Amino acid sequence: MKSARPHTLRVFLVALALFAALAFAACGDTKDDEEASDNGSTAAQEGTADPKAEIKKGIKTVSIPKQLGNPYEEFEHSGVDEALEELGGSNRISGPTDAGASTQIPIINAAVQQDVDAIIIAGNDPDAVAPALKQAAQRGVKVVGMDSDVAPDARSVFVNQVTTQLVGENQVESIGKQIDYKGEIAILSATANATNQNAWIDVMKQTLKKPKYKDMKLVKTAYGDDDDQKSFQETQGLIQAYPNLKGIISPTTVGVAAAARYLSTSPQKGKIKLTGLGFPNQMRKFVKDGTVDEFQLWVPKDVGYLAGQAAAALVSGRITGKEGEKFEAGRLGEYTIGANGEIVLGPLTTFDADNIDDFDF
Amino acid sequence: MRAEAATPQTASSAAPGPGRHWRAALGRWETLLVGLLVVTAIAGQAISPEFLTADSFTTGSLDLSEIALMALPLAMVIIAAEIDLSVASVLALSSALMGYLWNHGQPVETIIPICIVVGALCGASNGLLVTRFGLPSLAVTIGTLALFRGLAFVVIGDESVTDFPTTWTDRAFGNFAGTFIPNSIVLFALLAVAFAVALHATRFGRSIYAIGANEEAAYFSGLRVKRIKLILFTLSGAVAALAGVVISLRNSTAAANVGQGFELTVVTAVLLGGISIFGGRGTIAGVILALFLLGGIQKALLLSESISSYWVQIVTGALLVGSVLGPNVASRVADARRRRSHPLLEEGP
Repeated sequence: MKSARPHTLRVFLVALALFAALAFAACGDTKDDEEASDNGSTAAQEGTADPKAEIKKGIKTVSIPKQLGNPYEEFEHSGVDEALEELGGSNRISGPTDAGASTQIPIINAAVQQDVDAIIIAGNDPDAVAPALKQAAQRGVKVVGMDSDVAPDARSVFVNQVTTQLVGENQVESIGKQIDYKGEIAILSATANATNQNAWIDVMKQTLKKPKYKDMKLVKTAYGDDDDQKSFQETQGLIQAYPNLKGIISPTTVGVAAAARYLSTSPQKGKIKLTGLGFPNQMRKFVKDGTVDEFQLWVPKDVGYLAGQAAAALVSGRITGKEGEKFEAGRLGEYTIGANGEIVLGPLTTFDADNIDDFDF
Repeated sequence: MRAEAATPQTASSAAPGPGRHWRAALGRWETLLVGLLVVTAIAGQAISPEFLTADSFTTGSLDLSEIALMALPLAMVIIAAEIDLSVASVLALSSALMGYLWNHGQPVETIIPICIVVGALCGASNGLLVTRFGLPSLAVTIGTLALFRGLAFVVIGDESVTDFPTTWTDRAFGNFAGTFIPNSIVLFALLAVAFAVALHATRFGRSIYAIGANEEAAYFSGLRVKRIKLILFTLSGAVAALAGVVISLRNSTAAANVGQGFELTVVTAVLLGGISIFGGRGTIAGVILALFLLGGIQKALLLSESISSYWVQIVTGALLVGSVLGPNVASRVADARRRRSHPLLEEGP
C-alpha cells in the first residue's frame, strides 16, 4: 500500500517532464540551420517619404528608458519631452524599475494599447524587446531606438549619440589644440578590455598619424579601471614617468574627474593639459579653477531631442527610415539618415569656461 | 494506513475533512478574490477603456506566464509549510543553460529536457538540504537563490543568446490556434489542471495538507514526510526550469539576468491565493484567481498614463503583506468571538 503512493508520483513526474518537452511539439532546428528562419518582417519601412508633409498635430509618444531613477537617462528622455512639446505633441516617460532583458516588454505592450503614435526606446536587450516592437510596428506605431540600439529590423531609425570615429577624432583635436599640436601625450583609459574604450583608442592612434598631428607622440596608455583611486594613482604615475608630458586624454568620466583632481593640487596644474569625456557637473570646479581648459561629451538631452524629432518626422511621413532621407530636427538643424537607419547626433560637444554653466548633468 | 486519518486539524479550523475544508475555503478567501477582481475590472476600465480587451489579456497574461507556472508547485511547497525562494534563480540558470547549449549546437528539443532535469536537480538539492539536514527552507533557498543565480552567470556570463529559431520563439510568444490566449498560458492551464488534481484529488495531495497542518502528526501517522517534501522541492525546481525555457523562447533571449525579483511576485501570487504561509491550507483555484488579480492590477497600472512603474512594486509588496495579514486578523477576530460565546474554551492551551 505504501509503495503505491511514490509509484503514482513517479509516473506523474515522468509524465510532467514528457509533457513539458512535448508541449511545444517537436521540430528539429539547431543553430547550424537557421538561415531559413530569418524572414525579417521589416514592417517599419513602408511607403515613401514626403519631406514636405505637415507635422501631425497632437502626436502622442512614449519614451522608454532602460531603467527609472538614473539621472543620466532622465536627462536624456527629458529631451524627448522637449521635442514633442515644441511640435505640439506630448511624450510620456515610462520605464521599468530594473534593467533586466525583458522588463521593457510590458511597457511596450501597454503603449501600443494606449494607441500612441511612436515609441522611443533605449533598449536593455536588443532582441528581447524585438517581437513586441515588431508587433507595435504592425499596428502602425513608429519605433525609434536611441542611445543603445534594438534589433535593426525592430525599429525604423536609431539615434546614436556619437560614432566611434568622431569620439577618437574629436578627443585628439581637443588635446592637440591645447598643446599647439606638439609634444608627448598619454591616454588614461578605463579597463584594458573595455570594448568602447579600445575602439576609441584605436581611432585616436589612427588620427595621430595624420600630418596635422605629426609632432604629437602617444607615449603610454594607462588603465584606471574606472576606479577613482586607481585612476588618481595612474595619473600620478604618468606624470612622474614622463617629465615631458604635455597632455592627457581620458575618455572615461571616472578617469577624467580623477585626473583633474590630481592635477588641481599638483605643481603641473595648468601646464599639463587634460581633456576627456566628462560630466559638466563633475568637471565644473576644475574648469573654474583653471585645471582643465576644456573637455567633451555628447549632450544627453540632445540625444532625446533628436529622437523625439525623428519620431515626429516618422509619424508625419516626412521620413520612412531609409538611408539618405533628410529631415529638419528643430534647434539641431538638418539630419540625414545613414546606413541601417542610423542617425548620428554629431560631433562631441566641447565644454569650457564659457558654456559649462549652461549644462546641468 | 489511510491518509484521511492525518487530515489537517488546525486550531482555528473546525472542518472535519479535506472536502469540506476545501469548500469552506472557497466560501471565504476565494470569494474575496472574486470580489477584488470585480473591483479591479471596474477600476481598470475607469483608468483606461483599453483595460477590458482581448489585447490586455493576451499581453498581460503573457507577461505573467512564468510567474504563473512557478506558482503551481510553490503552492504545494507552501501548503507543506516550507518555502522555495530560489525559483527565479533556477529560472535564470535554466535560461543561461539553454543559451549555452544552443551556442554549442544542440537542438532545442534536446535542450528543453536537459534544462528541466537540471532544474529538478537544483530543486532536489534544496529538498535534500531541508529534509536530510533538517535545515529551514527559508535559509536554504535564500542561499541557493544567490548560488543558482551565480551559477547562471558562470554558465553564460554577461552575454545574451538571441538566435533561437523563430519556429520555437513564435511558439512561445504566439497565441493558441487563432485565439487571443497565448500558448504559454495554455501550457499553464494544462499544468494547473494536473496540479489541481494532484493536490485536491489524490492521496499525495492530502498528505501535503497533513504535513503542512502538523508535521509530527503526519509523520506518526506513517506519512513519508521527508520523501514528499523532497518531491515537492524537485517539482518546484523542474517547473521553474520549464519557466526558464518559456521566458527564453518568449523573449528570444537567454541571459543570466532574467527574472530578477520574480520570487517576490510568485510568493505574492501564492499567498494572495489564500495559501497559508503557515502551511496546511489553500487551493490551486485560489492561486489562479490571485494570478488574475495580480495580472489585472499590473495591467491597470501600466495602462494608466500617470502612474509610475514603481507602483507595480509597491502594490505587489502591499498585496504580499496584506495576504499574510488578512487571514491572521480574520482568525483572531474569529477566535475572540468564539471565546466570548464559549468562555470555557479559554482554559485550552
